[in-house]
Amino acid sequence: MNSLLPIDTLLIAACAWLAVGLLGLVAPRDTRFISKTLFPLGAVIGTLVGLVALGSLGGETQTAVLVIGLPDLPFHLRLDNLSAVFALLLGFVSVGISIFAAGYFRKGEGTAPGLLCLEYHVFLASMLMVLLADDAYAFMVAWETMALSSFFLVTTDHRHEEIRRAGFLYLLIAHIGAIAILLCFGVMTGGAGDYSFAGMRAQELSPFWASAAFLLALAGFGAKAGLVPLHVWLPEAHPAAPSPVSAMMSGVMLKTAIYGLLRVSFDLLHTTIWWWGVVALVIGLATALFGVLYSTVQSDMKRLLAYSSIENIGLIAVGIGLTLIFHAYRMEGLAALAMTAVLYHCLAHSAFKSLLFLCTGSVLHATKERSLGKLGGLIHRMPWVAWLALAGVIASAGLPPLSGFVSEWLLLQSFLFSPGLPHPWLNMVVPVAAALVVLVAALAGFAMVKFYGIIFLGQMREPGLKDAHDAGTWEKFGLAWLALITLLLGILPSTVIMRIDAATRQLLGTGLADKVNEQGWWMLAPISPERASYEPLIFLVTIAATLLLGRWLVRRLYHGRVRRTSAWDCGYYFQGPRAQDTAEGFSQPIRRIFEPMFRMQRHFPTARDTEPYYSVKVEDHFWYWLYLPVAKLAGRISTLIVALQGGRIAVYLMYSFITLLVLLLVARP
Amino acid sequence: MISISGLLGQAFAILLALVLAPLLSGWVGQCRAWLQSRTAPPLLLPYYQLQKLFHKDVVLAHGASSLFRAAPFVVFGCMVLACAIIPSLSTDLPLAPAADALALVGVFGLARVFISLAAMDVGTSFGTLGGRREMLVGFLAEPALLMVIFTLAMIAQSTSVATIVETLAHRELVIYPSLAFAGIAFTFVSFAENARVPVDNPATHLELTMIHEAMILEYSGRHLALIEWAASLKLYAYSCLGLALFFPWGIAPGDNFLALVAAIPLLLFKLAIGGAFLAAIETINAKMRIFRAPEFLGTAFMLAVLGLLVRLLLESKV
Repeated sequence: MNSLLPIDTLLIAACAWLAVGLLGLVAPRDTRFISKTLFPLGAVIGTLVGLVALGSLGGETQTAVLVIGLPDLPFHLRLDNLSAVFALLLGFVSVGISIFAAGYFRKGEGTAPGLLCLEYHVFLASMLMVLLADDAYAFMVAWETMALSSFFLVTTDHRHEEIRRAGFLYLLIAHIGAIAILLCFGVMTGGAGDYSFAGMRAQELSPFWASAAFLLALAGFGAKAGLVPLHVWLPEAHPAAPSPVSAMMSGVMLKTAIYGLLRVSFDLLHTTIWWWGVVALVIGLATALFGVLYSTVQSDMKRLLAYSSIENIGLIAVGIGLTLIFHAYRMEGLAALAMTAVLYHCLAHSAFKSLLFLCTGSVLHATKERSLGKLGGLIHRMPWVAWLALAGVIASAGLPPLSGFVSEWLLLQSFLFSPGLPHPWLNMVVPVAAALVVLVAALAGFAMVKFYGIIFLGQMREPGLKDAHDAGTWEKFGLAWLALITLLLGILPSTVIMRIDAATRQLLGTGLADKVNEQGWWMLAPISPERASYEPLIFLVTIAATLLLGRWLVRRLYHGRVRRTSAWDCGYYFQGPRAQDTAEGFSQPIRRIFEPMFRMQRHFPTARDTEPYYSVKVEDHFWYWLYLPVAKLAGRISTLIVALQGGRIAVYLMYSFITLLVLLLVARP
Repeated sequence: MISISGLLGQAFAILLALVLAPLLSGWVGQCRAWLQSRTAPPLLLPYYQLQKLFHKDVVLAHGASSLFRAAPFVVFGCMVLACAIIPSLSTDLPLAPAADALALVGVFGLARVFISLAAMDVGTSFGTLGGRREMLVGFLAEPALLMVIFTLAMIAQSTSVATIVETLAHRELVIYPSLAFAGIAFTFVSFAENARVPVDNPATHLELTMIHEAMILEYSGRHLALIEWAASLKLYAYSCLGLALFFPWGIAPGDNFLALVAAIPLLLFKLAIGGAFLAAIETINAKMRIFRAPEFLGTAFMLAVLGLLVRLLLESKV
């Protein structure tokens, strides 16, 4: 009897998630049982998944065959280092979200909690299966299960018209993506008829077909990840879904798409052509810039975060593009650096974005309000949520010493040491791309200050906020868990890179571990300490030491007296909550500077208005430039087709008759 | 490895920054007054102000949260770290590997985010206005600053500030045209980042023009003292960074004690010239409208990118 292999354990975990989900159907209306028993159980399984994946990193690749599905088409499964990195992410992040969900779901309208529990755990299990699948068939089954279960989760509150619309849009784009992925797998079989990934690896595709496969993969996985212009479902679906679901979708599901893209472009296709990287780089930059600009002008907190996710996915795509370029020119050291940045950003983003989405969930519960313009001052009523959200905000703004900065730093380093590419144009384009990445990062800071400042700081904009309460114990624990991951990812980058290096090594043949290992665990110096180094722990300790020493000295030498009075504000008399910036006011400079990027409708008050008001509505250009024309075209085509459908059976019979005749004429033996 | 002299040099550099920073602010104020034919305030005025503020009680608004009280200390800590990393006297700094040039920009970013959040905390009209303007200037200045650093990093093949300075200070005299572009861009950025005249007016309480002052209106007592001190530390850090990057001569290499002693008067001299230059620029310029700031910083960004491209296209053989 062999000992239990990690892949078997992960399969058992997936089954256990399914079982937990099914248990939800035993008493579908028993909220207490479901939230306080089943969701924590799911979290325990998540811990298991995370630990097993962590343990299997750097180990042997394991395969398994699961005899289910169609006859003669068993599911091939495989756990290698790339799968393990993403399973690690899935496991540990889902722990935080599940624990939070244990305190979050309550009695209310919408889907029964038992059904919700089933959908949620099917979602988790299907994501794990996506990561383990080793043939196109198993992959597509898991992928579609993932899309469907998340669709049902998005439409939990299906009584609202807009939520149904958001769900429909999500499903539509998910399926456009799925078709592209299916075609991509079809191309990669090379006509051999073998749909297992091992068969695809063995194929030698011509550059044309390899490029076709890559572009299809980019479109398919890009639709799921939210790359421009297939991003429109994200800002609709995230506000519609309950917050733990948004967190799961944004934190984990988007990463499965990144996983798929990495799997196809570095593992299944073993040729790389340099312009693939340029395509990914340009689309990534466009996505990042677009996402961050729109996130700065949102007034709905979950939409703001959804656009910020688009931005982060864009940055990840930029990293993938760089990796592809370096890989194509056999500059494996730099490729490894960029790939590490990609994987690191996947880990970092999944933790901090989940954290922020869960925080919006707590705010939503406490205030019943999603619009930034009606919040404010919640740090006084919800100190736990506010302080934990601050960790997510700093990480998301890409500031040291938290996790977002590490991946950004790695990405910029790989940009910086890139000259020497054999292509003169690339040498020019790459630094300019770096400049745009920096602009995106700086704008992300703007968006995050807006998000945090307007929700948690300032005066309460509505009187109802006085009754807001802090998150419950379960919720606090889930938030604290994710904040802890964010902190650890921020201050221990070398340790983390040592772990995830196995995946880089698997995909590219080289990794960073040797270089990183030389310098000691506290220091991150991927090339050499003379060239670039970053020690987040010492960084943090210096600031903290100055802070504490400064505070102690000031109190010691002077005094610590504090008096409270009303705010000064240059002596202005009226200091109500309406005097402070609204969400729209805060983003006014961005709207003004980047005016052509937005589709805006503004209403300015005139001097004659008896009830003057100012309103601004910002919409997505892509909606009007791409989606509505396509919808209109589809409408036109269907009206043309209506002409064929007269409703008379005789006419239909004639169609069949003519078809038959034509076929007989054309298809002679 | 970390040497005793390195540690001492590090401690001395931090102490020197803490002491010299208010003096630099005082010097700039004095120069400005002279150039504007006013009676100059005493050189030590910033110290008197700090002393006075530390003695005073803190008067907090009712709506102020704990973040508001923590922010001055965080900002101060960030600035001390920045001053510790930037080689002002010697490049032998044990703290230097903690943050390279990119992380240094991150330190300034962290301080900016905290002070903007603190500005929004009390919930007054000027606070939020200042916070949003500060973030506006920040997101425009940060890319330009990083482009400058990119250019230098490509010359030195390193993003570590100490290595950049060593490379530039101890090479044969080669004129890099890219450095000129980078230098001008850096000057533009430092004006914006330090709330100086073309972008902001440090001596104003006129509502519509202020950025930095608007953010700290609600601060008083020791909090205000720390913020003022941090602001002068920031000016000092930027000045030292500019001097180290573009005029790196005289900065002691490694643990050479004599060179370290010789570096002090040279630093004072360079700072004095730099401060006078700053005051002169402030005097001959008028404060811009806030919406001209993007043009100003856009120019800085373009210059920095130009420097980078010049470096890449023309100097790659050098």
